[in-house]
Amino acid sequence: MALKIVKGSIDRMFDKNLQDLVRGIRNHKEDEAKYISTCIDEIKQELKQDNIAVKANAVCKLTYLQMLGYDVSWAAFNIVEVMSSSKFTYKRIGYLAASQCFHESTDVIMLTTNQIRKDLSSPNQYDTGVALTGLSCFVTPDLARDLANDIMTLMSHTKPYIRKKAVLIMYKVFLKYPESLRPAFPRLKEKLEDPDPGVQSAAVNVICELARRNPKNYLSLAPLFFKLMTSSTNNWVLIKIIKLFGALTPLEPRLGKKLIEPLTNLIHSTSAMSLLYECVNTVYIDVNTPPLPSLSLSLCLYLSLPPQLCVQKLRILIEDSDQNLKYLGLLAMSKILKTHPKSVQSHKDLILQCLDDKDESIRLRALDLLYGMVSKKNLMEIVKKLMLHVDKAEGTTYRDELLTKIIDICSQSNYQYITNFEWYISILVELTRLEGTRHGHLIASQMLDVAIRVKAIRGFAVAQMATLLDNAHLLTGNMQRMGICEVLYAAAWICGEFSEHLENPMQTLEAMLRPKVATLPGHIQAVYVQNAAKLFATVLKSQEGNTDSTAAQETSQLMIDRLPLFVQSANLEVQERASCILQLVKYIQKLQQKDVEVAEEVSALFAGELNPVAPKAQKKVPVPEGLDLDSWINEPPSESESEDEQPKAIFAKEEPKHSRPRREEVDEKELAKRREARKQEQANNPFYIKASPSSQKVYQEAPGVEHIPVVQIDLSVPLKVPGLPMSDQYVKLEEERRQKERAEKKKKEKKKRKEKRSGRGKKHDSGPESEEDITPAHQVDIVTEEMPEKSSKHKKKKQKKEKEEKEKKKKKKHHHHHHHSDGGGEEAVQNGTVEEEEPLLTSLKNKSSTYQVVVSVIFENKCDSFLKSMEFNVLDSLNSKLQRPEGSGPHDGLTVPFQLPPGVSNEARFVFTVQSIIMPQKLKGTLTFIVKDSSTHEKLDFKLHFTCTSYLITTPCYSDAFAKLLESGDLKCSSVRLEGVNMPFHHLLARICFHHHFSVVERIDSCASMYSRSIQGHHVCLLVKVTVSIDAKCDEPTLLGNVLDEIKQTFSQC
Amino acid sequence: MQFMLLFSRQGKLRLQKWYVPLSDKERKKISRDLVQTILARKPKMCSFLEWRDLKIVYKRYASLYFCCAVEDQDNELITLEIIHRYVELLDKYFGSVCELDIIFNFEKAYFILDEFLLGGEAQETSKKNVLKAIEQADLLQEVRIFLYHQVAEPIREIDCQLDSSWSRAATK
Repeated sequence: MALKIVKGSIDRMFDKNLQDLVRGIRNHKEDEAKYISTCIDEIKQELKQDNIAVKANAVCKLTYLQMLGYDVSWAAFNIVEVMSSSKFTYKRIGYLAASQCFHESTDVIMLTTNQIRKDLSSPNQYDTGVALTGLSCFVTPDLARDLANDIMTLMSHTKPYIRKKAVLIMYKVFLKYPESLRPAFPRLKEKLEDPDPGVQSAAVNVICELARRNPKNYLSLAPLFFKLMTSSTNNWVLIKIIKLFGALTPLEPRLGKKLIEPLTNLIHSTSAMSLLYECVNTVYIDVNTPPLPSLSLSLCLYLSLPPQLCVQKLRILIEDSDQNLKYLGLLAMSKILKTHPKSVQSHKDLILQCLDDKDESIRLRALDLLYGMVSKKNLMEIVKKLMLHVDKAEGTTYRDELLTKIIDICSQSNYQYITNFEWYISILVELTRLEGTRHGHLIASQMLDVAIRVKAIRGFAVAQMATLLDNAHLLTGNMQRMGICEVLYAAAWICGEFSEHLENPMQTLEAMLRPKVATLPGHIQAVYVQNAAKLFATVLKSQEGNTDSTAAQETSQLMIDRLPLFVQSANLEVQERASCILQLVKYIQKLQQKDVEVAEEVSALFAGELNPVAPKAQKKVPVPEGLDLDSWINEPPSESESEDEQPKAIFAKEEPKHSRPRREEVDEKELAKRREARKQEQANNPFYIKASPSSQKVYQEAPGVEHIPVVQIDLSVPLKVPGLPMSDQYVKLEEERRQKERAEKKKKEKKKRKEKRSGRGKKHDSGPESEEDITPAHQVDIVTEEMPEKSSKHKKKKQKKEKEEKEKKKKKKHHHHHHHSDGGGEEAVQNGTVEEEEPLLTSLKNKSSTYQVVVSVIFENKCDSFLKSMEFNVLDSLNSKLQRPEGSGPHDGLTVPFQLPPGVSNEARFVFTVQSIIMPQKLKGTLTFIVKDSSTHEKLDFKLHFTCTSYLITTPCYSDAFAKLLESGDLKCSSVRLEGVNMPFHHLLARICFHHHFSVVERIDSCASMYSRSIQGHHVCLLVKVTVSIDAKCDEPTLLGNVLDEIKQTFSQC
Repeated sequence: MQFMLLFSRQGKLRLQKWYVPLSDKERKKISRDLVQTILARKPKMCSFLEWRDLKIVYKRYASLYFCCAVEDQDNELITLEIIHRYVELLDKYFGSVCELDIIFNFEKAYFILDEFLLGGEAQETSKKNVLKAIEQADLLQEVRIFLYHQVAEPIREIDCQLDSSWSRAATK
């Protein structure tokens, strides 16, 4: 035995070890690849030996080679062998190699499950440690599933060294196998209070990462984290906790207030800059500061002082000589810019100064800022400065960046800030002189856009373009400039289309027919040829007026001479256009020779005004009578979709009445089932992110220009160019016409609806069953076009709503703590959670305005005794009544269908009938119960708050339907100002969406329109402005007033 | 943290640790791109850059670049701190560390990193605890290190012969 060991050692002395390998590689710099291939051959030999030490040495060398970029996947099995060695020395190497070389597609990973399990339960904590470390790098969904339980057990290991590793690796396990989150969560939560600080910090880390992806699920942990934050002194932990609160505060505004004090303390007491940065960056208005200024900065943030002050502090940071701070300062500045553009604008000088910084990343940051800083006043100045930088800039990437930024800045929000388009055109022309840019097409499209849309500028634009065409050789002279020749495309088109503005069309025509043009890319030549024809028409027109007809004939001759060059083009488009036009000109020449006047007819070829069309214009075209865009062309594919069509049934009066109720029942059940399944799924998915904030984001990120119809451009005021642009007049006229048409159509629709309603009314008399037809959804006429998909949407919304309600309950939970914790045998009752349900069929009589509202109440037993015989009773009001079983009196309570052991919570649902939803309701109620031990009757009073908001259903609405609704004139107007609200606009919107069930219809810069619908079909429209005023319209002024009050309430709490 | 790379001024990779599952090909591409980008930056430039949808935080210590990729919401300054902390740990372990230490004992450098970060998160914020864990794990190792010290020349001497321009890695 001893001899064997000695022999092994001696063997190894002759083998190359890692150091030898490294040294060898360094000594073979010239033929490294060759040297390594011989090494790999040696390693292959070594791996064939039985001696585990030799194998481990080989694997170690392979790990090194892997880093150098050599493929070692062939040795995967050997790595597993070394991992399974019982000796720590080799096991360590094996796991290291595995963690470096294995990834999800490595198939031998399957073989490791049992080995890893064995190592995890090894008595030696370092064996367990290396296994955990390795696993964290190569865990696959299969491994996660198989080992989740083992790792969960390790979370309660006696050694903190193992516990902290196990906790951290659980995050990776959750990622790969989300089902493990639910069973592991209680234990994870427990670890937040682990005696060992390392374990604690690991748990904070994991929960923070989880919460970042789906904060809602972790709101209930807020009190615990709050405690941790005030007690912990570990900066790493504190940073994570603050980050976590940063994710939670948007969902629970009251948290923000609570955090002020501990954060102030932190900022005062800490010396760690990263912590300060986190404090200010995450929770407050995303501001970053160096240690010293931050004190005053954070204070002014707390006191909600104007953001100018924050920016002042940031200025100090940006002026700092440390590049890192400068960069972070600019980054923070760009965040403030989104919410308070004005306060940043005053620091233009500083930002412009940063453009000169030697660090390119700082320059790019500064450029980003400029985008939001421009105004009508300073645009020209800023662009002038940028143009200077363009000239100075070295390196094409940065220069190209500058170029696109200049164009972005000028064209943003539909050229909002441009007061003088002549200036803009000359800027564009100047940009064409840039050497080697790739953005020729960008400049070209701007030229086209401006020339087409700003009619008054055409004269000037055409003159500039003609010069460009004349000097085309400057642009094309250098082959490197292929990008910039794109502008010739625009120039040729503009000169051709608007040739009536040309001073000397003949000269331009000649320029366009130069032989050199044939060297341009095909698509540009095609435009040249086509527009030469347009020019030709214009020239003819001017020349035929003269008495001398030879000039006109000479022009035709010029065309006939030059066009053959293009007829020979290899590009089909050029060839086709050229030969067509050539024949045409030849024919014209023939006519000219017979002294026929042709100019009129030739220009008729190109007659007609070109008008800008908004991207959404198609939607505004009225649908021709008799065309129903929503009817199925073919029969709907399958039975299963029948329930989606349900609301449609209202129009099919002849439908047999008996079949409906049954279907409805199925729907209820089906709905509940689906809801349950969905809840389950969402609960299991740690990353489930609610849809509304993300859709919000989409709006926010969408570039402004595409979303704004051209109609909105109103150039009459700011333009220095004289005269009101005709195109706009035209567009306006068109708009008026359409409005009229729409109004007429509306009238017709209304009539129809009335008829329908009265028809329905008659049916009511005939039998009570027909009442089922009245579901709130049908009263909305703005979405009628979307009938087929509506019902499904509606249901989804409800589910979502339910989730939201749940969330509210959760939040309420810890607030209720305070109220009820004093009495031992009491329960926390959550109220104010209203869920709208579709009317049940049997019980409702007449009056379409009666609605059922289901309230789910969570009963939580917080005392130590068993609770039973619970009775829930509510004092009915005229408007809202608790639905009681038949035969019971109006004051009888309802038995809660369960008992509550200590610490258990359960949910019960109660149905209310509500007549009018336009006023908020507060119902008083009592809960009586018997405490088992003492057998005494106890009573708990509560109030049920039915807010008006809870009657609103988030309903999507398209902007055109929305516009129609606003124009209809049926809606009453009201407005409100929110005082002291100081949050980013998108947060504000998100909050309105979340708390008040609105959806954003459209967002344009500083204002957003939002829509929601009540369960009785009232439309509620909001126009929210960044100045935090809300203009609102609704067909029920009382409801509107109440909703607005509630919104105000929400924001007064934050 | 998504990954950490250590590379030399010549662009040679000295250490790589990936906390997200990526194929070898992607890894190679990313490290090649990043090494080029970072080496092209001038010394006075700031330590942060946006790269794809990640934030890159890097710092140069003597001839070695330490580079970390973090997500958008992560704190840049704490990432710098992590880098510095790691350099300090290496320095303590090797006793004034230099690039060659990391090259020749690359597995040790990994072991230290693994005790400090796990799955891309800092697992131990106390330097003392990290070093203690490493030392104890080293004790479990067999005689092998001892053996080689007798056979091979001390690494440090070779250092000087190979490249005299190397200076101490850790600053401060």
